[in-house]
Amino acid sequence: MLTVENLQVAYGAILALKGVSLEVKEGELVALIGVNGAGKSTLLLTIAGVLRPVSGKITFGGDSLVGKSPEEIVRRGISLVPEGREIFSSLTVEENLRMGAFVRKNQAEYQQDLEKVFALFPILKQRLHQLGGTLSGGEQQQLAIARALMSHPALLMLDEPSLGLAPALVDQIFDLITRLHQQGTTILLVEQNVDRTLQIADRVYLLQTGKVKFGGTAAEVRHQGEVEKVYLGGVE
Amino acid sequence: MLSVEFLLNAITLGSLCALLALGLVIVYGILKLVNFAYGELIMITGYTLYLLNASFQLPWLVMALIGVLIAMFTSYSTELVAFRPVRTKSLSAMLITSFAVSTLLQNAALLLISPRARAVPLPKLFSASLTVMGIAIPWRNILTVVTSLVLLIGLTLLLKKTILGIALRAAADNFRMTRLMGVPADLVISTAFVISGLMAGIVGLFWVGRTASVTPTIGGAPLLIAFVATVIGGMNSLLGAVVGGYIYGLIFSFLGVMLPQTLLDYREAFMFLIVILILLIRPEGLIRGAGTGERVG
Repeated sequence: MLTVENLQVAYGAILALKGVSLEVKEGELVALIGVNGAGKSTLLLTIAGVLRPVSGKITFGGDSLVGKSPEEIVRRGISLVPEGREIFSSLTVEENLRMGAFVRKNQAEYQQDLEKVFALFPILKQRLHQLGGTLSGGEQQQLAIARALMSHPALLMLDEPSLGLAPALVDQIFDLITRLHQQGTTILLVEQNVDRTLQIADRVYLLQTGKVKFGGTAAEVRHQGEVEKVYLGGVE
Repeated sequence: MLSVEFLLNAITLGSLCALLALGLVIVYGILKLVNFAYGELIMITGYTLYLLNASFQLPWLVMALIGVLIAMFTSYSTELVAFRPVRTKSLSAMLITSFAVSTLLQNAALLLISPRARAVPLPKLFSASLTVMGIAIPWRNILTVVTSLVLLIGLTLLLKKTILGIALRAAADNFRMTRLMGVPADLVISTAFVISGLMAGIVGLFWVGRTASVTPTIGGAPLLIAFVATVIGGMNSLLGAVVGGYIYGLIFSFLGVMLPQTLLDYREAFMFLIVILILLIRPEGLIRGAGTGERVG
């Protein structure tokens, strides 16, 4: 479904991604792990069209995404929940969700989609007319994910959805990701919470300083002890 | 001193200032650009009225409508031709571009028409007044206030009820995220410029109506008013622009009756003094917006 080949991305003169290749198949939950600065967010932002790669290929459903604008890429079915949630704080919860549904042609289905989202996030129904900025961190994260789901994405990219949340809320978010995965949503997940991520992911890529250090099933990653090497001071 | 007439005058001026400020801030909210070519849109409306009047026999309302449409079209075109190519460059590049557009339009009027004032047609109603309980209220003032209210209500409905309007507010809040919702960047920016042109065009009708004439430099004063009003109200909020506009109108009218005759020439200086005081107390303006302050890249 999504293929990234030898992707290089730079901030000015500094290469943040030094030839990353990975693949996400339909229906999979693929996780990207790695320490801060490994290039995980950079990768998601590049796939979403916010950053332009220096070289390399990104193909989605057979079409190249390189050079496409973020709005075109959303229309093709990739939705990003960025790090830090980035909900529209001066818009109400409902208006946030309406923005999420912007690419939907059939606005008649909007009400139906809204009900589906409320089933997943009951709290949002109570907060519907509140401004996004007045929600708590956990509620904002739920809104950010709900907003992304409103576009019916073929691929949902989540950037550190559990960051800064209380442990009970972290459980809730991981349960939710599992449920979305079981319902057939293809997910590319970036997380710092490695243990929890390895429990739910089909496959894992371990990123280190802009390169894929390891890729395989969650069991393989654990078995090889790669995670410990990278996270516990494993300098090349 | 604080008579009914004073209040009506203050509200009339305030309404014009509020529309002016809105037109400026709707573009600023998204692009973080203070469009210095904004005042020239008023000039364009004025010259459209002058040219139409000189060439055709048309009812005033038709000329006015064409004048506003031309202002909207000019605003849209300047974005397309001048601002879009430099949008992803530095903010300074955009700012200088807006100075260039302003100068270009002014000089075009200077060369193609005349440096001298040109007469603008006015409807008869503009010089008539309505007498209520012994107070003569100029129709021009009534029309100004009513038109402003209609526009403010219309714009509020657009921004709250339509998907495009919500997208405009979202773009002022977080532009990158708005694009990640699938909203085309060009669409929201063009819409903002068209609304900006609508505001300038409508204000233009009343602005040129004050002196019944238009000059190439007529846009300077309204631009400054719009800028000051948005600074008072808060540059990141549309509500702030409206509040700032009315406060400007109120203070300015108040100075007009308070200052002794000898100081009346310095009314602007006193105005700015008050603005400085307001900013000392509330540097971000009276109403805090929600914008991230990030530029469109």
